[in-house]
Amino acid sequence: MGIKGIKKEEFKDNESLELLKESGSNVLLTSIDDVINWGRKNSLWPLTFATSCCGIEMMAAGAPRHDFARFGMEVYRASPRQADVIVVAGTIVNKMAPVLKRLYDQMSEPKYVVAMGACAISGGPFFLNSYSVIKGVEHVIPVDVYVPGCPPRPEALLYGMLQLQRMIQTESIKSRKNRNLSHDSK
Amino acid sequence: MEEELKDIALDEQQEYVINMGPQHPSTHGVLRLVVSLKGEIVKNVQPHLGYIHRGIEKMCESITYPQIIHLTDRMDYLSAHINNEAVCLAVEKALDTEIPDRIKVIRTIMSELTRIQSHQLWWASFGMDLGGLTCFFYGLRDREKVLDIFEETCGGRMIVSYNCPGGLMYDIHPNFQKRVKDFIKYFRKIIPEYDQLLSGNVIFMERSKGIGRLSLEDAISYGVTGPSGRASGFSCDVRKHEPYSAYDRVKFNEVLRHDGDTYSRYMVRIDEMRESMNIIEQLIDNIPEGPYAVKMKPIIRLPEGEYYQRVETARGELGVFIISDGNKNPYRVKFRSPNFVNLGALNHISKDFKIADLVAIGGSLDLVIPDIDR
Repeated sequence: MGIKGIKKEEFKDNESLELLKESGSNVLLTSIDDVINWGRKNSLWPLTFATSCCGIEMMAAGAPRHDFARFGMEVYRASPRQADVIVVAGTIVNKMAPVLKRLYDQMSEPKYVVAMGACAISGGPFFLNSYSVIKGVEHVIPVDVYVPGCPPRPEALLYGMLQLQRMIQTESIKSRKNRNLSHDSK
Repeated sequence: MEEELKDIALDEQQEYVINMGPQHPSTHGVLRLVVSLKGEIVKNVQPHLGYIHRGIEKMCESITYPQIIHLTDRMDYLSAHINNEAVCLAVEKALDTEIPDRIKVIRTIMSELTRIQSHQLWWASFGMDLGGLTCFFYGLRDREKVLDIFEETCGGRMIVSYNCPGGLMYDIHPNFQKRVKDFIKYFRKIIPEYDQLLSGNVIFMERSKGIGRLSLEDAISYGVTGPSGRASGFSCDVRKHEPYSAYDRVKFNEVLRHDGDTYSRYMVRIDEMRESMNIIEQLIDNIPEGPYAVKMKPIIRLPEGEYYQRVETARGELGVFIISDGNKNPYRVKFRSPNFVNLGALNHISKDFKIADLVAIGGSLDLVIPDIDR
């Protein structure tokens, strides 16, 4: 089963994702998981959160040429309480980090994080010499998908979001709980 | 943060204080505005900066001049090309490098394309701020066409890093002239569509005419430049008053309006897109032959001294001030960024208007937050 519009053969990397799911679980649980995951992955609503240049490419991804909405991500939500995924688009500096953490905490479960662009992944061009930039958003909140680039093209963001959908597809109620535990201890 | 708010609330007892941002869709980034309200009326706006302060000026002190280009890209990312040009011109001025005409002309065309795409994005998001989502789709649809031109020649979509001290990174793509001409032909037809959609819209005019009036005296004393300053009648176009690159060989009008309200700031930008197209049309057919870069020394060292260069970005006057002590790194770099200065007028012009108008006024100043904090 491939993600809408993209054949499974195109996803040759990360084979282990689907394997994870195949390794034993009972029929009832997996059927429920399938239904829930189908719903979740096809209506991922991102939060309007943009700090710098990547935000413009995120806007471009929602614009007519690239059109996010084909994959169920059309509605940008201004309130974290209504959003499912936070795309960290841009540099996070020391002063912004507590705000980002609070935004993440305000989002309701299930929630996902996409680190978009070099700044959010590792500090990017500001990795050396800068005294105020956080070297990777993973020091603040747990990240699910990294989208490299400076800034990434809208296509790259789309691919990243599709990977996120694929990740959601393999989730199970059980693993979700484990995931939360592991994130709390961070 | 809470104590801070309490202090402000105690000072002005009749008013209450709300926090707009740092995560707010209409602050266009991570600007935080502490707004004192009396009912719905804005009494005081305090901008809080630093949520995207990356220390670019300090970083410049430890890298070489060609490397600074890549940081200025990320300051005001919507006029990335013009920011680069400012640094390049400053370095070239310091070294007394003679720049061939071809480079000057290509730089000018690129700068004007940058201005057009910046205004397109501004138009898209300004319409969205006021509740017209259609603008977003129209604006970004046309912006992609400019980005295609950038991508073909520079390799990047938005952050191009196409300039380097002494010229350009590569020559223009063979298709460049044709694509630019096609774009101008296309966009000339599209601008009336923008006018139909927003400029003549009754609801839009109600919300923008007479809102956030900035007088000529205030514009000068606050130092508001760019389209926002020109909407108040402040003739501040660096392209006109201190021509750099190829601006001295083209004919264009400095767009001026005298009302100083949100609507004039809007109309100035719409007219500037037309003027930019005029400039490009004059240059695109006669790009002179010649090299695309002057050979510079592998390690650029500026002679000891102070150098200043100003350019007109899509938002106003950007100044680059370099102090050199003769090393390959600058001793100190200071950017006079237009957004930081324009933001200063926000409190003054939004006083006694409704809080919904604050969004319109903020949108019409066209703030890019990483340029404010640097």
